[in-house]
Amino acid sequence: MTTAATEKTQRAPFEMPAQAMPSAQAQGVLAEKVSIRDLSFFYDQSKALKNISLPLYDKQVTAFIGPSGCGKSTLLRVLNRIYDLYPKQRATGEVLLDGHNILSSKQDLNLLRAKIGMVFQKPTPFPMSIYDNVAFGVRLYENLSSSEMDARVEAALRRAALWGEVKDKLKNSGLSLSGGQQQRLCIARGVAVKPSVLLLDEPCSALDPISTSKVEELIDELKSDYCIVIVTHNMQQAARAADFTAFMYLGELVEYGVTEQIFTNPANEKTQQYITGRFG
Amino acid sequence: MAQENTVQHTVHSYDEELKKLDETIDRMGDMAEVQLQSAIQALVRRDGEIARQVVEADMRIDDLEHQVSTQAVRLLALRQPVAQDLREIVAALKISSDLERIGDYAANIGKRVIALSQTTPFKLPAGLPRMGWLAQKIIKDVLSAYDNHDSQKALAAWHSDEEVDETYSGLFRELLTHMMEDPRNIGACTHMLFIAKNIERIGDHATNIAEIIYYMVVGEPLDAARPKGDITSSMTISPPTTS
Repeated sequence: MTTAATEKTQRAPFEMPAQAMPSAQAQGVLAEKVSIRDLSFFYDQSKALKNISLPLYDKQVTAFIGPSGCGKSTLLRVLNRIYDLYPKQRATGEVLLDGHNILSSKQDLNLLRAKIGMVFQKPTPFPMSIYDNVAFGVRLYENLSSSEMDARVEAALRRAALWGEVKDKLKNSGLSLSGGQQQRLCIARGVAVKPSVLLLDEPCSALDPISTSKVEELIDELKSDYCIVIVTHNMQQAARAADFTAFMYLGELVEYGVTEQIFTNPANEKTQQYITGRFG
Repeated sequence: MAQENTVQHTVHSYDEELKKLDETIDRMGDMAEVQLQSAIQALVRRDGEIARQVVEADMRIDDLEHQVSTQAVRLLALRQPVAQDLREIVAALKISSDLERIGDYAANIGKRVIALSQTTPFKLPAGLPRMGWLAQKIIKDVLSAYDNHDSQKALAAWHSDEEVDETYSGLFRELLTHMMEDPRNIGACTHMLFIAKNIERIGDHATNIAEIIYYMVVGEPLDAARPKGDITSSMTISPPTTS
């Protein structure tokens, strides 16, 4: 499997059949926002990502799927260098954001995280008002007047499809919202700082189906402005929400392609087994 | 080539439901093949009784088609299949409708044999039963390709329809000539012409099935141009000149 998978990994991202591309790609308007090149990642001695190369396109949604422990969340954590918070974790290779290697030691991590927003599996609102939850990140990077800040908070809440539900209770605690609303609040907090890439780590796994649909609708809306990466255990969600899908297994990128191709005619047998429920 | 899944689903009942769908298609296919075989046998023997049985048995194929739809819709709704599973279920749905049409054409041959068996004896053109056997062979081959997930066998069966079409074009010419020779032949010959047309259509449906199997196995449509040996649509026959 290893040779086939590796061969596929190195070839797939750059040699996709034209007819399998979504219309944007066919028209040649897709821009590579992030280029992951020969990326490996280590938790101390153990190698969790093995020579991964793939593009993340701007204004497109890319999903990472794979069984638990395959490295998909690790890959997401590399993209905003959140792993830097922990000792003995390191990455090799390159992750180019608009052509600049974010793995470089010269990279300003605060700036990086303003450019690359992240939303986690469980909603993580801060114990403060709805308004301050959204304004918090903005205050770290920008010095806005109060009317500018009001406008920014409103825009972010509107972008996260939450404004209508919270506009009359902005002073209430973020924790008073329902799970689905809290998750959208976290997305609003993420987009308020105007990032260029949005990382979503299992954003719907703790949500009910209606909230899940709202978040998926939101992802669809947001992709007109951002490069979105979503890690999900729910394959149907990847099929519904993503333009591109990457299947990972044991730290390797087994297959990457247009979502439609992955779910109708995957090239790799492992991918086929995983998405059809023939795994483990 | 063939990518049959040898690994079982984690959920065993899913495998069982897929297997059941497969078996229903197999039963339908066997029945359609036997229907055509019996219809041709009835034609060769001018046997109205066998023909009647063919007409009556068509209902059973219709029932099986209904079963396939129910099973497939249930799988789509409850299992949300993807990749190979999805292609197999969609293939089963489409194949069942082709097999149902094959059954209809066989039943129509039966009806025409009943009518023919009541007319004055006539000379059966040798090409007519031969065409029926050819079509039957294609059905047998595509069913075997389906069972074995064999895209190459499906492709071979797909090509062999050309011979059916060519035989049909020859029969068309032959039967029209008989009619022109003696107007008393027109009744029987028209029935035989329709029988030939039915068999030609059966060949086309079998070819459809071959295409569906190819897609099911390979995941990409068969993009070669379809073999066409039937030129009767543009054929004209002039009456013999009287001296």
